Amino acid sequence: MATAPTDAPPASHGEDRHDERNKSLLRFITCGSVDDGKSTLIGRLLYDAKLVLDDQVATLESDSRKHGNAGEDIDFALLVDGLEAEREQGITIDVAYRSFATERRRFIVADTPGHEEYTRNMATGASTADLAVVLVDARKGILQQTRRHSYIASLIGIRHILLAVNKIDLMGYDRAVFDRHVADYLAFARDLGFSTIQPIPLSARYGDNVTRRSGKTGWYAGPSLIEHLETVPVEDAALDRPFRLPVQYVIRPNLDFRGFAGQVASGSVAVGDTVVVAKSGQSSRVREIVTHDGPLERAVEGQAVTLVLEDQLDVSRGNMLVAPAARPSVADQFQAHVIWFDHQPLLPGRSYILRTETDSVEATVTALKYSVDITSFSHIAAKALQMNEVGVCNLSTRAPIAFDPYRENRSTGNFILIDRTTNRTAGAGMIDYALRRADNIHWQAVEVDRAARAALKGHRPAVIWLTGLSGSGKSTVANRLESLLHSLGYHTYLLDGDNIRHGLNRDLGFTDEDRVENIRRVAEVARLMADAGLIVIVSFISPFRSERQLAREMMTKGEFFEVFIDTPIEECARRDPKGLYRKAMSGEIKNFTGISSPYEPPENPELHLRTVGTDPNDLAMRIEEMLATRMNGETTRDRDV
Amino acid sequence: MPLSHLERLEAEAIHILREVAATFSRPVMLYSVGKDSSVMLHLAMKAFYPARPPFPFLHVDTTWKFKEMIAFRDRMAKELDLDLLVHVNPEGIAQNISPFVHGSSAHTHLMKTVGLRQALDKYGFDAAFGGARRDEEKSRAKERIFSFRNTAHAWDPKSQRPEMWKTYNTRVAPGESIRVFPLSNWTELDVWQYILKENIPIVPLYFAARRPVVERDGMLILVDDERMPIGAGDKIEERMVRFRTLGCYPLTGAVESDATTLEAIVSEMLTARTSERQGRMIDRDEAGSMEKKKREGYF
Repeated sequence: MATAPTDAPPASHGEDRHDERNKSLLRFITCGSVDDGKSTLIGRLLYDAKLVLDDQVATLESDSRKHGNAGEDIDFALLVDGLEAEREQGITIDVAYRSFATERRRFIVADTPGHEEYTRNMATGASTADLAVVLVDARKGILQQTRRHSYIASLIGIRHILLAVNKIDLMGYDRAVFDRHVADYLAFARDLGFSTIQPIPLSARYGDNVTRRSGKTGWYAGPSLIEHLETVPVEDAALDRPFRLPVQYVIRPNLDFRGFAGQVASGSVAVGDTVVVAKSGQSSRVREIVTHDGPLERAVEGQAVTLVLEDQLDVSRGNMLVAPAARPSVADQFQAHVIWFDHQPLLPGRSYILRTETDSVEATVTALKYSVDITSFSHIAAKALQMNEVGVCNLSTRAPIAFDPYRENRSTGNFILIDRTTNRTAGAGMIDYALRRADNIHWQAVEVDRAARAALKGHRPAVIWLTGLSGSGKSTVANRLESLLHSLGYHTYLLDGDNIRHGLNRDLGFTDEDRVENIRRVAEVARLMADAGLIVIVSFISPFRSERQLAREMMTKGEFFEVFIDTPIEECARRDPKGLYRKAMSGEIKNFTGISSPYEPPENPELHLRTVGTDPNDLAMRIEEMLATRMNGETTRDRDV
Repeated sequence: MPLSHLERLEAEAIHILREVAATFSRPVMLYSVGKDSSVMLHLAMKAFYPARPPFPFLHVDTTWKFKEMIAFRDRMAKELDLDLLVHVNPEGIAQNISPFVHGSSAHTHLMKTVGLRQALDKYGFDAAFGGARRDEEKSRAKERIFSFRNTAHAWDPKSQRPEMWKTYNTRVAPGESIRVFPLSNWTELDVWQYILKENIPIVPLYFAARRPVVERDGMLILVDDERMPIGAGDKIEERMVRFRTLGCYPLTGAVESDATTLEAIVSEMLTARTSERQGRMIDRDEAGSMEKKKREGYF
């Protein structure tokens, strides 16, 4: 892509090339409501800066005639709306990234969609940006989506706003219109913590104040859009913050070399500096900073390097090498702001994969404190977080992670949440702070351990988890199984869904959120009982795979047995031992599993029992046989997460 | 002093390469022998130094590449001792497929798209690096750096995973895979400036030289071997030309140029008025053709 005007002499000597190679980089987004002209503005910017090449102009002209929304004129939006669906519908669906350079700076711009349903794509663009161009249609002023996008930009840590009051041509280049919109914007953006807000009146369609100042807005004395983008100071505060190297990869070509590879997230480090391993607190000194181009004396924020330490320390991916005097938090409980992306709502108690830049760990939301109304910025009590909503919650991870508060470090303070079943990126989080209870509550080491207790019992503990529809025969099989095991001298305990709901879980209903919490509590109780040495039989509908998976992961490997009591729903409804199906079908019971609430059958249970035409005693014996075989350790399946 | 934009782009790419090596069980780097592949190879050598890149390189050959590309490929593989895999779609050989006879669409689909799918399935790769850049084409500008593909290798542009910060979702189920584009944010000019700065070896076809070409549909096609049909109306001329992009020789147009050095190529780039894709016949086939090909599993 050309960077010089066509009439400029070609850069043919060394100095010019040197300049070309040493521009600073600014990443920005364009956002705002639908039809405010975001894509048109980028198209105009590229076109006026002579960054659209001849063959691309030819394509653009023919596309404008075919799909354009600009009458006889070129529709600049078609330069960026690249997907078929976008061109057909005339809207932006996903974020488009364009790179371009001017004489002074290199840019990466993300054109983000205005529709509310594509907020996640707007957030994607914002997450790597330093500045947001917020477009406002001069005819309409500040809209709900202007406020949404400004809030998300602020939440994601963008500190610079360029308020582009677009389509000013349609309002007769009227100063009063401009001033009114600017005042409205500043009134609500005051609380969003931006360091600069630069308002500019412009017309993307006609190019006023885009690359050069327009004569039609003589009353406006500020910079053009491109002038501001070229001169706004790029944040290099990351360089002044404490040293952080999230370890990505351990390079070990031979026994003599062990290098910790990663991209410096903040600060700098020099050969001879002391560094600390965040999670263990061990320290060493930097012996060498290795690169393919030769050793470095110093590595700074942004560089991808490999550190060799003087001592042999245990450091693996997900850990962090840090400055000894300013260490990150290491905790398994923290508060965070979360943006939700997935159609399946965020449910407290459900297990997700939490991924930081280099670490990956299981996590659950232990408390959803509130969701944020993104247009009024007020707090709302919430039991779940729906797609495109923002909430504040407490999270608990299975193992401690190393992090900084997001407002101090965008690299080491972020995470994403991944749905365990679909692997979709379900949400993104920005950590506020570690919860103090994580710092203060340590595991109490006990002298009589689970092995000692199990030895006294004479058998290994186990959790046998029966799952299936209501009326499938779980309780019957569970009772026969417990009698059988008891007669063989095993120490057992039966946790039955209905009974637990009369006591421990009497406060829970049958919504999805409550079902998740119901299972989490039962799994915790089963874990404690197994820890005490018992063989625990759990008889619960437990309709969701992710909660059964959560239960599995809580238990000691090889001691969890998922048993699918498989009875077709027609048969369950026919048996209907408690008359529940009749009520559910008549609409008297809401959220009834199999009728008005889903049941997700196990994909890979330890035992799959079909009940139709079999005797419950035989089924109980089959479970006992499996248990005996597994307990003898012959075929313990090692299941990894 | 803050890093320059080229240093930032390089660090971003190395970070991506390491993420994939750390989180996938069977990654591969697509090596198409062009300038972008040369940059990728160079970055792979840097990212894991002093170890070697912990993945093989795959060339999906179509049997219609420029001769000089194949010679260069084999030389690089030998010099760097690369684990190089070459795959050619056997159906294409059986059918004796030719872009001259069957047209660019059929040729590209069978030899590149299907050939690639075959190779990925054959070796069970769960992540594949490609050198594509967002500035090449409009649907590329919309694609994530970690681009999810289903078990049929298809891209679904309407349900891309949100890609926040550089915290990548690297999880896939068996049979699914990710295409990874470390050069997403580079431009053609960045690539050339980086090649110059790092002195990266590239196929000599990128430099201007006198070469025998035939003009067809406004494109200068190099007479690379005897398979090229020369009609009565065709005139073979010696012209000073070079290539901005390399692919199958019957589908890749040369440009007239005097640029015989990297410095001259960069100067030419600074004043270029056409995009490199202009020289590619496959992108002209139909509107939205790249998006369509990507949905079918093309890179």
